[in-house]
Amino acid sequence: MRGAAILAVLLSGIAVPAAAQIIAITNGIIAKGDGSAPEQGGTVVFRNGRIIAAGTDVGIPAGAQIVDARGKWVTPGIVAGFSRLGLAEVDLSVEGSDDTDADGGPFSAAIDVVPAINPLNTTIAVSRADGVTRAIVAPAIPRSIFAGQGAVIDTGADMNPVTAARKFQFVELGETGAAAAGGSRASAHVLFRNALREAAELGRFDALRGGRDDREGISDPVVRNPNESRIYGPDARRSDDVLLTRFDAAALVPVLQGRQYLLVHVERASDILQILRLKREFPSLKLVLVGATEGWTVAGDIAAAGVPVIASAVNDLPASFEQLAATQSNVGRMRAAGVKVSIGLIDDNDTRYMFSGRQYAGNLVALSRLPGATGLTWGEALRAITSAPAEAIGLGAEIGSLAPGRRADVVIWSGDPLESASAAETVFIDGVQQPLETHQSRLRDRYRDLQRNTLPEAYRH
Amino acid sequence: MARTAIVGVAVFAALLAGCVKPPPKKAPPVRINQDPYPSTYNRYPGAVTVIRGATVFDGEGGRIDNGTVVLADGVVQAVGGADVPSPDGAYVIDAQGKYVTPGVIDAHSHLGDYPSPGVESHSDGNEATGPVRPEVWAEHSVWPQDPGFSRALINGGVTALQILPGSANLFGGRSVTLKNVPARTMQGMKFPGAPYGLKMACGENPKRSYGGKGGPGTRMGNIAVARAAWIKAQAYKRKWDKYDRDGGDMPERDLAMETLRGVLAGQILIQNHCYRADEMALMIDMAKEFGYKITAFHHAVESYKIADLLAREGICSAMWADWYGFKMESYDAIEENIPFVHKAGACAIVHSDDANGIQRLYQEAAKALADGRRAGVNISDEVAFTWLSANPAKALGIFDKTGSLKPGKMADVVMWNGNPFSNYTRPERVWIDGALMYDANNPKRRPVSDFELGQPGEGDVK
Repeated sequence: MRGAAILAVLLSGIAVPAAAQIIAITNGIIAKGDGSAPEQGGTVVFRNGRIIAAGTDVGIPAGAQIVDARGKWVTPGIVAGFSRLGLAEVDLSVEGSDDTDADGGPFSAAIDVVPAINPLNTTIAVSRADGVTRAIVAPAIPRSIFAGQGAVIDTGADMNPVTAARKFQFVELGETGAAAAGGSRASAHVLFRNALREAAELGRFDALRGGRDDREGISDPVVRNPNESRIYGPDARRSDDVLLTRFDAAALVPVLQGRQYLLVHVERASDILQILRLKREFPSLKLVLVGATEGWTVAGDIAAAGVPVIASAVNDLPASFEQLAATQSNVGRMRAAGVKVSIGLIDDNDTRYMFSGRQYAGNLVALSRLPGATGLTWGEALRAITSAPAEAIGLGAEIGSLAPGRRADVVIWSGDPLESASAAETVFIDGVQQPLETHQSRLRDRYRDLQRNTLPEAYRH
Repeated sequence: MARTAIVGVAVFAALLAGCVKPPPKKAPPVRINQDPYPSTYNRYPGAVTVIRGATVFDGEGGRIDNGTVVLADGVVQAVGGADVPSPDGAYVIDAQGKYVTPGVIDAHSHLGDYPSPGVESHSDGNEATGPVRPEVWAEHSVWPQDPGFSRALINGGVTALQILPGSANLFGGRSVTLKNVPARTMQGMKFPGAPYGLKMACGENPKRSYGGKGGPGTRMGNIAVARAAWIKAQAYKRKWDKYDRDGGDMPERDLAMETLRGVLAGQILIQNHCYRADEMALMIDMAKEFGYKITAFHHAVESYKIADLLAREGICSAMWADWYGFKMESYDAIEENIPFVHKAGACAIVHSDDANGIQRLYQEAAKALADGRRAGVNISDEVAFTWLSANPAKALGIFDKTGSLKPGKMADVVMWNGNPFSNYTRPERVWIDGALMYDANNPKRRPVSDFELGQPGEGDVK
C-alpha cells in the first residue's frame, strides 16, 4: 500500500493525495499497543502512511486534518497473530475457493502462500470492518510436516495485500505433524532433522555463491530470492539419499541460516521442550512457538530460551491428549514468567473469525478478577493482539503499535475495543481510510425492513 | 389404566355368568413405556440463600435494581426489591455491583456426544449409517465425564442444555435435555420431565453425507426422503392409535416410527437444523403437510430474511451471533440476525453448538445486542437476557420449570461478577436447584471430571 501511495505522489506532481495529508486524531482514549495503559485525551498524528506521534503530550501540526475522537478509543489496528486469512472464501464443500492446503500436490516447504491470497475475499472485508488491519497468514500442511512459507498481509481494500512475503516457514511437530510423518512424533522429528540436513547440503552451495543477505527490509522479502532454489543450477549436486524435492530443500536454506522465521506448532509440554532443544542443536533457527497450550507448565524454559509464543488465548478443554493441561490462564502465566506471548487463532476458525482476537484479549483481562487465575492487564492484552505478534516475527518496528515510524494502521472504536460490543468506526491502513462495508452489511440493509415493497428485495441495492 | 380396569370387570362378569361362552374378546392394549431410561437426577442440598443488592434480570425481560433473590428447598422463593425479607437463618450474600440471572440454557450442544478429548473413539454424535435414523437417542451416546460440562458451568453459567445428535442425517435422532450437574450416569443428569426433541436437518449436511452412499444427494432428495418417512409415520400412527384405542394384536414396534409418531402426537419437539431462509420455508410447509409443529430452527443464519414468517408460525430460531461463511449455506449470515429476529416478534435464542462457544454465550449475546442497537433495534439488557434463558427454556419445553426467576421455579441461578453482557465478566457463583455448584472463590466448588483426575492441570481454574 505504501508503495502505491508514494508512487501516486510521484506521478501526481502538485496534487496532494490523501496519504500525504497530515491527519491528527484528537481527544480520544488512546492505547498504543505497546503494553501501556490507555490514556485519556490523546492525539495520534500520521502522514504518508506512517505514525508521526501518539500520546497525551502531542501537539497538532499546522494544517492537519483533524478527526475528533471524543468519547472514542484509538488503537493500532489489530494484528491477527496466526491465521489463514485470505486463503479461503468458504471452508467446506466449496471447491475452488479454499487454498489453505494442498494435500494433493508434490511440494511442501517450497509452498509460498502469497499467490493464494485474495484481497477481495469477504473474510478480509469482515476483518477490516472489525479493526483487524494485519494478519500473519500461514498455509496448512499438505502431505508433509512442512506447510510452506507464510506471509504478513494487510486487510486494505486494494489489490496489494502483502506486507511481507515468505516471512516464515510453518511446521507441524505435534499430533498433526506426527500424523503427517506417518504416525509418530519420533518420525516427525527425524523428518525435520533430515530436511535441515538436505537444506544444509544445498546451503553449502549457496555459501559459494556469495553468502547471505541480512537486510530486514519489509517490502524486500527476508528470503533473498522468492524462488531461491533457482540459484542452484544443474551443477548443484545433492546426495542420492534425499526425501525432499530440490525446491522444498532449497526453501529450508533460509530457515537453517536464520534468515527466515520458523513457526512450530506444538501444544504438549514435552513437545515444547523438544523444540527448545532443537534451538540448542541448530542455534541459528529463529523459532516461534505456535499453540503451546501446555506452555504454562514449562514457562520458565520457554522464557529462558527467549522463544516467542503465539498462543491460543482461551483454550481450556483437553481437546486432545496434547492439550490436557489447557487453561485460559496459559497466556497470563507464560507472560508472568517472562515469555513473549501473543494471541493467534490456531486451528480456531483461522480463515475468518479474526474478530475473536479482541474478544479473547478481553477475556484474559477478565481472568485478572478471577481468584486463582492469571490474566493480563488491559494494556498487555491489547499488546497481545497488536505489537506482540508483530514482534514475534520481527515486524515490531513496522506494525502493531502507535510508536513513531510505524505504519499508520489506526482504528477509532466506538468504545473499549476489548469489549466485543464496541465496533470499529474508522479504520486507517497505511494512513488510508478504509471502507467498512461488507457482504453482511449490505444484506443487513436490504433486510432491515421486511415490508413488501413495489419491487422484490433483489431491487434494493 | 382406567380402560383396562373396565375391560377387566367386563371379562369377570362374563365368567361369572358361567354357562355362556364369552365371545372372542380383543386383548386390552399394552402400554409401551415411554420413558425406559428415566431420569434419576436428584437435586443436591442447598442452604436457604438470600442474594441482596444485585441487579437482577429475571430472564423474562424484567429487571430489578438493588434486587433480592431468595432460594430455598431447590426453588426460587422470592424475587423483589430491597424490602424482600430474609428467612431466619438464611445465608445472605451481599451482591452489590453483581448481577443475578437465571442460569444460561444452551438449546444446542453436543457435549457428551462429541466430548473432549475429541478423538475418534469419542465420536458419537452422528449415526451416519443412514439418512433416516429417528430411532437413535442422543442420550445413549452421552459420556457424563466429558470435561466440557464443567467448563460450560464455571465459565458460561450454563445450568441446563439440550444435547442433540449431529446433522449428517435428515432425522438425526432424539435429543435429551440435561441438568448441568455432574453424575455417574446420563440418567443422573437427565432433566426430570423435559420432553424429548427430534433433530432434523435440511440442506448441505445430509446431501453431503449421503450423496455418495445411496442418497439423498440433493436438496430435493432431502425433502423427498423426509416426506416418505413422514408418510410411513402417519400410517404407523394410525395403526398404533387404533391399537391403543381398541387393543387386539399388538402391531410390531418400530423404534424409528415411535419417535416420529411422538412428533405427530405433539409429544416430541422438532429441533430443526436449517440455515437458509428458503429451506426453512420448505420445512414449515412440510410440517403443515404432515401435521406436526417445528419448535425451533437451529443455526438459522438466514432467519432475518423471514423473521415475519417465523413470528407468524411461532417458531424459535437458535442462532450464533457472528458465525459466517464456513460453508455455503452460512454465506449470508449477518451480525444482526438475532436482534432482527427479536424485532420481528419471533423467539430468538443464542446457542453454541460448540464446546468452547458454550462458555461464552453471554458474550455472544452481548455482540448481537450491540450490533442490533447500532442497527437501530433498541433492546434493553434485561430483555436481551431472554435469548439466554426464557426463550431456550421454551424451545426445550421446560419453561414451566426453569428459565426465569419466578417463585416456584427451579433455583437455577447465576451470580455474575459484573454485567453479563461483557467480555470482562465471569460467573462468580452458580446454583442448580438451589445447590451451589460453582463458587469462584472456593476451588472445592468446581467440578473435576473423572477423566481429569491425576492429569496435568487437574482442578485448575480452567
